[in-house]
Formats: sequence, structure tokens, C-alpha cells
Amino acid sequence: MARIELDLAHSYKSVAARDEDYALLPLKMTFEDGGAYALLGPSGCGKTTMLNIISGLLVPSQGKVSFDGRDVTHQTPQERNIAQVFQFPVIYDTMSVVENLAFPLRNRRIPEAQIQRRVREVAEMLELSGQLEQRAAGLSADVKQKISLGRGLVRNDVSAVLFDEPLTVIDPHLKWQLRRKLKQIHHELKLTLIYVTHDQVEALTFADQVIVMTQGKAVQTGTPDQLFERPQHTFVGHFIGSPGMNFLDAQVVGEQLKIGDSTLSLPAGRAQTLSSAGRTTVGIRPEFVRLSDSHDSGALRATVSLVKDIGTHWMISATVADRLVRARVAPDVRAPRVGDTVWFTVIGPHTCFYKDDRLIA
Amino acid sequence: MKPINQNAWLLILPVVLCVAFSAILPLMTVVNYSVQDIISPERRVFVGTEWFKMVMRDPELHEALLRQIVFSLAVLLVEVPLGIALALSMPASGWKASAVLVILAMSLLIPWNVVGTIWQIFGRTDIGLFGAALAKLGINYSYTGYATDAWATVLLMDVWHWTSLVALLCYAGLRAIPDAYYQAARIDGASKLAVFRYIQLPKLRGVLMIAVLLRFMDSFMIYTEPFVLTGGGPGNSTTFLSQYLTQKAVGQFDVGPAAAFSLIYFLIILLLCFILYNWMQRVGGGPERAHE
Repeated sequence: MARIELDLAHSYKSVAARDEDYALLPLKMTFEDGGAYALLGPSGCGKTTMLNIISGLLVPSQGKVSFDGRDVTHQTPQERNIAQVFQFPVIYDTMSVVENLAFPLRNRRIPEAQIQRRVREVAEMLELSGQLEQRAAGLSADVKQKISLGRGLVRNDVSAVLFDEPLTVIDPHLKWQLRRKLKQIHHELKLTLIYVTHDQVEALTFADQVIVMTQGKAVQTGTPDQLFERPQHTFVGHFIGSPGMNFLDAQVVGEQLKIGDSTLSLPAGRAQTLSSAGRTTVGIRPEFVRLSDSHDSGALRATVSLVKDIGTHWMISATVADRLVRARVAPDVRAPRVGDTVWFTVIGPHTCFYKDDRLIA
Repeated sequence: MKPINQNAWLLILPVVLCVAFSAILPLMTVVNYSVQDIISPERRVFVGTEWFKMVMRDPELHEALLRQIVFSLAVLLVEVPLGIALALSMPASGWKASAVLVILAMSLLIPWNVVGTIWQIFGRTDIGLFGAALAKLGINYSYTGYATDAWATVLLMDVWHWTSLVALLCYAGLRAIPDAYYQAARIDGASKLAVFRYIQLPKLRGVLMIAVLLRFMDSFMIYTEPFVLTGGGPGNSTTFLSQYLTQKAVGQFDVGPAAAFSLIYFLIILLLCFILYNWMQRVGGGPERAHE
């Protein structure tokens, strides 16, 4: 087990001049010992690159990786004692389940009695005990993935267990079982777990700390609540939540906020920080947009373009100052019809203000 | 119960016709010859299994068959490991990979009789690079004079001609292994040998099976190259089955025994391929693989 610190950048090109040449822009990050982390971002954002750098499959082109303060940048995965589970289950076809689980220990020449004991323990934990003697090749994808995980866990001294989108090929109804198993293992073994995914539900339910990445940058690290309520970057607002945050262009003039033709007053307490902002972007989650009456001050006029019944709520899409705004409203409200004019209140305690994509208030 | 529609048979009729004309009818003419003694176009006698009995008792055939089996086994024993080794040491990508692929494919594009001619010249001790080099080293080499030299040269020629095929098949098989397997093996602390034994070899099983069957069938039917190079000599030392057959059918015009032997030859290949296939299936996977 280890505390992992990164201070590095990585480019797959030999000469990296522009930002686009980097798979990972210079970053500093710390993974605390025993934490459950998720790296969340769209395809190509650099999350797998970061994972492979942590595991030692990839050496960063600049900077270093340390485990517990010890520089491990040039160490192999084996020396770092990392376990990694890949997107597609990797099993050794010709071996049985028990041989698969014992493989990493046999390679390390651990006494046979100890191997047997450890393999039984791990198999017990992963509910594989009944299938130990079966040939691994014939098993289903979720069992194979458990075997790959098991091969990581048999070494009881692993520094961290890394997951690279491990549930991609698993049937939906088995996904939550495996995820629960991972949570349970984290709880029992207090291992550092780092989980790469592009699925926000997976990331938010699995991790204590989620790192949202885009275009080679980690734009925010935080708890699921923080990511939801105070996205530090417009990308986080847009990426987390379904649908994502609404954004409106606005202009701060004195104590007032101009959005399209409407003028609203700035929220109390934040007027100070915003007074000199000039052009800003207002971000509000659909969950926090309220339907209101026309004469409410601070309400924006909107034209409804779509009303969807999403089960527990109505999802109303409407046009405000040429931008699409979605609102999730309670089912007891009478739903407007397409083409109706409604009034949205967007300024409130949960409203975020951005300048150049960064949160300013 | 599913309804059974006998009209479905009509749909396979075109295939049956094609196969009949391309394979079954020619084969039947062979069967026809094999059971008759044709003295002249007007005089023919039905002889039943007599030709078969005669051919089976022919000591020349026994020798040729033994020679053939030893040769095919030698071909497999050399070409398969060598092909795997070549594939493992080939670059995975970049211009080097393309260059190596082209170079490897070259020997496969050369017609059989040209290969024979190339080696005939290549092995000559006066003007051939290979023969002359051996002679310079003080080795008394002559593929026309000594049976072992002839054997070695025919084998070497086949290895030169066909190892590329095994290598290319294995190369394709190796490239199809996802990176994650190698990464997982590194994380599990597997040695290079273990990676080969537990990842590469099992994943190559399918292509290796194709390679072994192709090389076995081809080498079992080898004709042109030794014919051009040694003419089956010295003595009968490189007379393989197909050449024995040709001598019978075309050389001596013993159509009956030749036809009988053709059928036996065909059955031998079929049987050996069947055994090889089943053996490789069993070695590599076991019955559980059927689930995949």
C-alpha cells in the first residue's frame, strides 16, 4: 500500500511543442493511501495514459512518479508491486482458475503452501471457490474479470489496484454486483484503488474522490457532491449530470447581470467577487432551475421546445436568449406544452459563475 | 418439432453439381481405372481389388511411403519452430515490419519448378554459391551423388521455400494478441518464457493448426522441387510418393495400379490430416473450449 504522487507530463511524440502534442499536460496529483479514486473523462482525455504511468507500463516523458516519497519513475510494474485490471478480461487460457490465481505468486517463487492458502482466501472473497478447478477459458466475461482482479489481489502487499474500464464487457445486470464487490474489497482490504472510466455513474458510485479529465488535463478533483454542486470548470458541469449543466452567456454591469435582453440582480454575497468580472458564463444544473411566474424578478423568459416525462420528473427543454436550457421540474407542476412561454429562475445559491471556463463565484 | 421441408434439398443442388463435376466425377474415373485391367481400349477386364492388393505389397511403395512420412515430419519439425521463432523476432510495426514482410513473402511467390532450378544451380559445387562454399570449406558435398546430401538439400529447399508461410501466419496470430495480455503478464511478473508458454503459444493455436495442416499436406504431396533438383535420386533416395505415382502412371503407363495407389494416397492424407487436426484440438483446448 502506498501514497502515490505524480508530478509529470507525458507526450507520445518525441518533440512536444504545443499543448495538443501532450497526452497529459503537466500536472501534480496525490493519491492518498487507501483511497478509492476514479479517473473520469471522455475517450482520449489521457486517463488511461495516467493509469499506465502509475502502473509503470509507461514512463512519463517528463517528471516523476513517487510511491511513499520513493521515486519509482523508472521501475517496472512488478517492482512497484501494482495490480491492474484491464478493459477486456485477461486470463491465461490454458490454465485452470486456481492456476491463474496462483500465477503471480508462482512467478515470485513463493512457497507452495502459502500460495495455496492465499489463493483459497482470494477465491473465497471473490466467490470463485466453486470454480477453482475449471479451465478459465470457458468461463463468462464477468467471472474472467473476477479472475483478473483476483490475480491482482493474491499478492497481499500490492501498492495499489488499478482498473482500466473493467466493466465494459460485463452484462449490465452483473455490473452492479461486481461494482459492489469492488466496494466491499476496498472496505475490507483498505487498498488504494484507482478506477478509470468514462461512465459517470460508475465513477460517482465507486470513488470517494473523482478526478475529471479532459484533453490531457485534470480539471477537478473532488467528491461526487462537489463535482455536482460546485463544478470548478465548465467541462465538469457539462460532463457530470444527465443532462449536464446549462450555460448562459452573461455580462456583469455594476450590480446587475445582463443575460440576453433581461437584467437580473447578482446574488447577494457574491456581487462583490463578480462586480469586476465583465463577460461571464452562468452555469446552472437542470435540477436547480425553477419554474416561476412572469412577474418574479430574476426570472428569464423561455420558449418551450420539448417536454419529456422522465418518470419522477418532467424534463423541460426551452430556449433562453438563443441558448437551450433544460429544467427538471417536479411532477406535481402542470407541465407546459411545446411553444408555451415559461419563466425560469436561474439565479440562486447553486448558480455557478465562470470566466474562461473556470469557476469564479 | 420444427417443420421439415424436403424442398430445401433443391437449394444445395447447384453445389452438389459443381462438386460432382470438379471432384467426384474425376475421382470416379480413377476409381474406374483402379478396378479394371485395361489392355486396350476394346479389351478391359474387371479385376476387383487386385490392383490394390498388388500395390499394397509393393516394397518400392513401402519405402517411398516411409521416406515420405519421415520427410513430412522433418518439414514440420523444422519449419514450425523456425516459423514461430521468425515471427517472434519480427518487428511489430513501422517500415521495418513492412520490409520484413515483403522479403518473407518473396519465396512464396516463386513457382515450384523455379525453386527447384534455383537450388539445382545454388547447390552446384562449381558455380553454385551454396555448393561452392561447402566445397571450399572442405566438405565433400554433392546432392546428385550422396543420398544424405540430396535429402538435406531437398529439406533445406522446402524450408527455404515454405518457412515464410508459417512465419507469416504466426506473425498475423501474434499481432492479434491484445496488448493487455502482455501488460498483465508484466504485472504478474511473468518471464519471457512464461509469456511465450502461457500467452503467445495458446493464442497461436488456431494459426498453428492451419500452418501445420497446410505444410503437412503440401509436403506430403511434394513433387516438382525434388523432381527438378534430384529427379528422385540418387537411386531412389528422394523418390517421394507423388513421384513414385507419376513413374507408375505416366512412365510405365500402369494405369490400374497407379489409380489404385492414387486412392490409397488420398486416403492416407485424409486420415493423417484428420488425426493431426484432432490431436491439435485436444492438446490446445480440451472440450471446454467449445463454449467460446
